Amino acid sequence: MLEILRPDGSIVGEPPFSMDETKRLYGAMVSARTYDTKGTALQKQGRLATYASFEGQEAAQVGAIATLRHDDWLVATYRDAAAMWMQGYPWVNLFLGRTGDERGGSPPVGVNVLPPSITVGAHMIHAVGLGWAEAHQGRDRIAMTLFGDGATSEGDFHEAMNFAGVFGAPVVFLCQNNHYAISTPRHRQTASETIAQKADAYGIPGVQVDGNDLFAVATAAQEAVARARDGSGPTLIEAVTFRVGPHTTADDPSRYRDVSEETEWRGLDPIDRVQRYLESLGEWTPEWNDQLAESAAKEIEAAIAEAEAFDPLGPSEIFEAMFETPTPQLERQRSLLVGEPDG
Amino acid sequence: MAEQNLAQALTGALDHVLSTDPGTIVLGEDVGLTGGVFRVTDGLQAKHGPERVIDTPVAESGIVGAAFGMAIAGLRPIAEIQFLGFAYPAFDQVVSHISRIRNRSRHRFTAPLVIRIPYGAGIGAAEHHSESTEALFTHTPGLKVVIPATPADAAGLLLTAVADPDPVIFLEPIRSYRRLRGEVGDPPEPVAFGEAVLRQRGSDVTIISYGAMVPDVLEAAAQLGHTGTQADVIDLRTLVPLDIEAVLESVARTGRAVIVQEGHRTCGFAAELAASIQENALYLLEAPVARVTGWDTVVPLRRAEHHYVPSIGRIVAAVESTMRGV
Ligand SMILES: Cc1ncc(C[n+]2csc(CCOP(=O)(O)OP(=O)(O)O)c2C)c(N)n1
Repeated sequence: MLEILRPDGSIVGEPPFSMDETKRLYGAMVSARTYDTKGTALQKQGRLATYASFEGQEAAQVGAIATLRHDDWLVATYRDAAAMWMQGYPWVNLFLGRTGDERGGSPPVGVNVLPPSITVGAHMIHAVGLGWAEAHQGRDRIAMTLFGDGATSEGDFHEAMNFAGVFGAPVVFLCQNNHYAISTPRHRQTASETIAQKADAYGIPGVQVDGNDLFAVATAAQEAVARARDGSGPTLIEAVTFRVGPHTTADDPSRYRDVSEETEWRGLDPIDRVQRYLESLGEWTPEWNDQLAESAAKEIEAAIAEAEAFDPLGPSEIFEAMFETPTPQLERQRSLLVGEPDG
Repeated sequence: MAEQNLAQALTGALDHVLSTDPGTIVLGEDVGLTGGVFRVTDGLQAKHGPERVIDTPVAESGIVGAAFGMAIAGLRPIAEIQFLGFAYPAFDQVVSHISRIRNRSRHRFTAPLVIRIPYGAGIGAAEHHSESTEALFTHTPGLKVVIPATPADAAGLLLTAVADPDPVIFLEPIRSYRRLRGEVGDPPEPVAFGEAVLRQRGSDVTIISYGAMVPDVLEAAAQLGHTGTQADVIDLRTLVPLDIEAVLESVARTGRAVIVQEGHRTCGFAAELAASIQENALYLLEAPVARVTGWDTVVPLRRAEHHYVPSIGRIVAAVESTMRGV
């Protein structure tokens, strides 16, 4: 397993980033944590539908996306808001989606990030198609896809890995092995010793990294992105991390795991680790951290206000985006609904 | 008899079949330790053991395909899929294998299994968690399709499903799991397939529905009753086999039919019912058969979901226009 930044903040080997970039990414992780904490809180107040926390997975998401070009494709899941935001998907859209509004799925033009995949497994092959199409059209954009350990059990994982291998698609597969798929632990998901080793069977490189280590994730991702970009094909990265929170706000982890597991992993927090590293070099102060936290809080509050200012879709609007032009049947249904009491 | 909600009634029925039939096996994602996302299998693994109540990897095609093999080899698998929107990876197993094995082997091999799937909107859940695509299954030859509306029927139909010699798609109304309570026998009384039930008797109009829409239809019927329209309310309980006689008997008395279905309109089960009614009873009708359905749209997310699910107002309005003969 590739490790660079140890839990105590010391490092082995080369950090993949300049100090400025490291500090920027630390700030990004603080913003992501702020969003995540807020997401859980808003759900409890009934302002969001079910929320899936990614607490503890910030380094895996931020570190991987930091290696992408702004126009690369990203196809991720319900638990990957930090990654999506890093790749340009606005917080407003992420919140809006979580309130239960389709417009959350419509990021600004130029942001090459698909709406989060809610079904497990189907989206990995989409990244293959995206990357493949870029290569086919002579462009050097690549695609990255994020998924969990559970997703590797779906048949579509096999098809995605196999296609990527056969066609040499410019794709980076990033599995966040957070040890649980709802209640099912990693060792009940696959009899493989690692997820990275699955790459062997498809003839593509696979690498396992400490997923709570910003530098290890980024180092592996840099290499994978470079390979994809220069036409050398796909890579599977397994980032070993942990979902310290519940699966979603509807889940109660005490039914299937001991809290000591969570406590242990909280001790390996990916943000604290970068903080210790920066502190040891005299690059972290409480004042600077407060500034980051404060501006993150402002940014997140503004995004919530903006999302909540959207009026819900009206009865007429639910028919508008099924086709480029609604069919006559849909038009008839629309007038049936709009013309009748109670909606 | 005990008062239970619909989820508890199902838990009791599953416990009963696991206790009485050693060939039964429950398998699915998170069904064991946590007792399933809706807690329907709560406590069953602790009681019947992890060999019979099995937590599987996240793989619907795997769950359903394995259940198929198990059924052929002599077990009675009861598979759970977490939401109807997550059943589609297993669709090939259902359509290409499970539904056809009896016919393609001329009875030599059979697949007596049950696939339990929560369905329907109304709890403001995330995308893919609100589907009512029962018509995909009713349109597939070789599947029995069961959709209970009440706790007693949920338990009773589940017993019948497990005992049935053929594959059964068992759709459970999500929004009724905890909202509906009712008396359930201990053990539950089996409910036969193909027998609709009259939930309310009236002579002016027949309202036909099933599953999650039944409570709303009854509420609409009560409102109509106050304004002088007395409705027969038929709960189909099983779509395949279909108790068309019960529908035709009622329509012969009322001369008017309104079908209420949450699923998409085009080629929904209501279309089949409307066609069957007019084939058999056209000359008894005083008004065109009406449908109140979900739309041909993706089920909207939480903030606009209510525009999709047939409202009580839409049901009442459809009955009123049927009463006017239009
Ligand atoms: C096809 C499909 N099956 C089941 C589900 C329900 N479900 C949502 S998340 C999840 C677990 C996924 O685990 P994993 O891939 O490890 O990702 P994590 O949630 O841990 O990030 C399940 C079973 C789903 N969304 N889609």
